[in-house]
Amino acid sequence: MLFSELTDLSLKHIAGPAAEEFDGVYVGDLLSRAMGHVEAGNLWITIMNNINVIAVASLSEASAVILAEGVALTEDAEEAAREKNISVYSSEKSAFTLCAEIAQRMGGV
Amino acid sequence: MSEVLKFHFDVDGENFSSAGEASVVMKKKLRQLGFSPEVMRRVSIAMYEGEINMVIHANGGTADVLVSDDEIEIILSDSGPGIPDIALAMQEGYSTATDNVRALGFGAGMGLPNMRKYTDYMNIDTKVGVGTTVTMKVKVQ
Repeated sequence: MLFSELTDLSLKHIAGPAAEEFDGVYVGDLLSRAMGHVEAGNLWITIMNNINVIAVASLSEASAVILAEGVALTEDAEEAAREKNISVYSSEKSAFTLCAEIAQRMGGV
Repeated sequence: MSEVLKFHFDVDGENFSSAGEASVVMKKKLRQLGFSPEVMRRVSIAMYEGEINMVIHANGGTADVLVSDDEIEIILSDSGPGIPDIALAMQEGYSTATDNVRALGFGAGMGLPNMRKYTDYMNIDTKVGVGTTVTMKVKVQ
């Protein structure tokens, strides 16, 4: 699915390149869980905002990270996202609301 | 590639910010060598978890990776406190990580289980008060 199809979700692009496509979503904050379950090409929704999130997103080949609940990236994480070409967005919405809205646009899960 | 390629990394135990760097570098090397995404993924997840474990529990250590045509071997060695009860440590959800470490998103108790899950062979050689060496192998299909 094209990331541009999520435009009306008002996601704020905060670091890295613009996301292009994704297929599926993973939600969670424990890094080892995410490491094992984010599939290549997934969006990863989390409230964790430290530099290790960028390492996990890079290794798991997430298509983008969406920080829920208005969370911002730490400065070093922002720099790492630029270096590693990880697309990061933020949203004021909760992870649940983001999931529900994305699922709707994906035609259900 | 008939010979075995060897890569060595020092894992800095003081620095959570650079934790995972060796895994990221190794993944790039595997990509350059033409390994499949699945092999890259399995090696990098297992290696990342091991790297993080060494940073969290053992004040760092070393990672050696031996790459051949049919398998990739990862050897992680540290001089940390050792693992008193391996069976317990292997249980999903069991963790001795501190609250500070958990606040960073680690300490889910999934490190060792993930390492076993994503590799074809894993051996833990540990002695309390001396250190731990974890050897893992990923077969190349």
